[in-house]
Amino acid sequence: MPNAIEIRDLGKKYRLGAGAGSYVTLRETLATALRRRPERTEIWALHDVDLTVGEGEAVGLIGLNGAGKSTLLKILARITQPTTGVARMRGRIGALLEVGTGFHPELTGRENIFLNGAILGMRRREIEQRLDEIVEFAGVARFLETPLKRFSSGMYLRLAFAVAAHLDPDVLVVDEVLAVGDVQFRERCLGAMSGLGRDGRTVIFVSHDLGSVARVCPRTVWLHGGGVAADGPSHDVIESYVREAVPRVAHAEFTPEPGGRVDLLSTAIVDDAGQPLTSPRRDEPFTVRVRFRINEHVAGLNVALVLQSRDGVRVVDEDWGEDTGGTIVPRRVPEEWEACMTVPPVLPARDYVVHVWIAGRVGGAYDFLVDRDALAFSLLPRSDDPAEAIERRRVVQPGVRWTVAPAGARQERR
Amino acid sequence: MATADAPSARAAKVVEGRHLRWVENRPAAGWLPRLDAAELWAYRELALVFAAKDLRVRYKQTFLGVAWALLQPLVAALLFTVVFGRLAGLRADLPYVVFAYAGMVVWLQFSSSLTTAAESLVGNRDLVTKVYFPRLLAPLAALVPPLVDLALGLVVLGIFLAGYGVFGGLAVLLAPAWVVLGCIAALGAGLGLSALNVRYRDVRHVLPFLLQIWFFATPIAYPSSLVEGGWRYVYAINPMAGVVDGFRWSVAGGVAPGAEVAISAVVAFASLLVGFLYFRHVERSFADVI
Repeated sequence: MPNAIEIRDLGKKYRLGAGAGSYVTLRETLATALRRRPERTEIWALHDVDLTVGEGEAVGLIGLNGAGKSTLLKILARITQPTTGVARMRGRIGALLEVGTGFHPELTGRENIFLNGAILGMRRREIEQRLDEIVEFAGVARFLETPLKRFSSGMYLRLAFAVAAHLDPDVLVVDEVLAVGDVQFRERCLGAMSGLGRDGRTVIFVSHDLGSVARVCPRTVWLHGGGVAADGPSHDVIESYVREAVPRVAHAEFTPEPGGRVDLLSTAIVDDAGQPLTSPRRDEPFTVRVRFRINEHVAGLNVALVLQSRDGVRVVDEDWGEDTGGTIVPRRVPEEWEACMTVPPVLPARDYVVHVWIAGRVGGAYDFLVDRDALAFSLLPRSDDPAEAIERRRVVQPGVRWTVAPAGARQERR
Repeated sequence: MATADAPSARAAKVVEGRHLRWVENRPAAGWLPRLDAAELWAYRELALVFAAKDLRVRYKQTFLGVAWALLQPLVAALLFTVVFGRLAGLRADLPYVVFAYAGMVVWLQFSSSLTTAAESLVGNRDLVTKVYFPRLLAPLAALVPPLVDLALGLVVLGIFLAGYGVFGGLAVLLAPAWVVLGCIAALGAGLGLSALNVRYRDVRHVLPFLLQIWFFATPIAYPSSLVEGGWRYVYAINPMAGVVDGFRWSVAGGVAPGAEVAISAVVAFASLLVGFLYFRHVERSFADVI
């Protein structure tokens, strides 16, 4: 199998702190030039990454926030340059790093297909040839002449993915973008990505949804602190990731990144009284509590909590906010908010990862402000649970009632 | 099955041992990275798509639509005619309203090219940080919509010329050359300012002033014959001085511009070179800084 991606000694350094990492005003530059040099912290978002991906391989990329996943994707997509090393890709590279980039709300669905296709590197003729496939895949035929601003977020996503999937890339790089789609469409996207691999196209897929990664990608790379922590069969890598990477605590605090519009402050597993629950048991309800600070008014805020099991199954996936009829509108900014989700005692005893996302909705697209694996915890068995010799593959364990007797015994008892 | 139908329909296309080009991403060596001209050419359609998007978006949900493109120079020219032509009594070698309008259409083409180009990267922040494309295309595409406006403006200009019975004669064949020179000046400044804008948002605040000064340093509302002696050569350092004078002479006749036009042309080309080099030099860091 020939290689499709070769990465050698790849590193990317960012400067943080005064006057770097973001735009400045001329005054600041002049002021700092006159004084001593500003203090700058340098961080290596990626360092010493070596990776080889064969043609037709589908590789998942997982890791905590800040592990370097996005930086690696941006280098593969040639949006940014590495500081050291080299990344080589064979053929045409298609990247879907965010839904709705390259769309314009005032233009119609059809106009946007052409705009987006051109931005992703397609010729007008190629787009024309694929227009029917794209429209059919996205299921937006009726809305082709409607301005995009009237599209729902699901339609946005469907259109974006349809264009990217029909770009005919040799290497397709997909960031966490499927989170907002409906289940049916997510299935189609995952199917399409698997299909690309069968056609000899290479797929790099980043997702917090570990189950999707395991399904699409036979191989997974776990990035940690800018380096490769593990690389191998998806099930092994995902399991060690869940076991080792996510802090297993009842309460986790986070240091806000500068400039965030919404900061995640803490996540905790608590009881009814709001006390941290260090050893939650499967027969008691537990509450996942997130505290966040809203620094700026954001339209259409939603907060979502996802519980994933170690093998990547999304056991709970609930959100509260604009989409479910709730509202999160701060009286002033900044303001701290707290969201609590109480889970009834129906989950089996095992390890869970809590994933938090908070997003605003701008037009039809979600704008993710917080999106991270926040903590992991073990739900303990009930004291009278028999020790389990084999790990059961169940997803829920509600308090079922059993009646077991020889057939007809019930009538006899009457 | 619905899931994989689309991509697998292409399976037949995949030939064993395809000859695919290796694409590399490595730290740029040297002050000026090599320009991949083949790639720029491969992406040529994107420039037109960007331009078409700008044109479509500009007039959607506006009541007057394309009429705005006609009104802007017209209203300005009429205003100048009243203020400068009547009240101040400025004399030009052409009917004043024709004089002002001819100058205004080329000036607006230049100034709106420059304004759009300067915002072309910052205004497309999402694209710059999320999608790869040759960045040069963004300011390049900014040149197109103002050319469409100019074409509309020329229709009105034709009516003026016919109405007042003035015409440049054979010199009209040179008119496109002046417009191209204006584009070169706009692109040169636009490349530089768009790249500068990525790092220093001051550009956004400075540009309106700059254009205002530039406007008064250009013979639009007054004839350049007011500038006398050696000052004519200093005046011609403004490339638009040559462009406006030359264009007006080409379409409407009057006094032909002098040899100082060469200075305007040289400055225009020099600004293109400087803008291009600076743009290429800082281009690699756009996505990280913007």
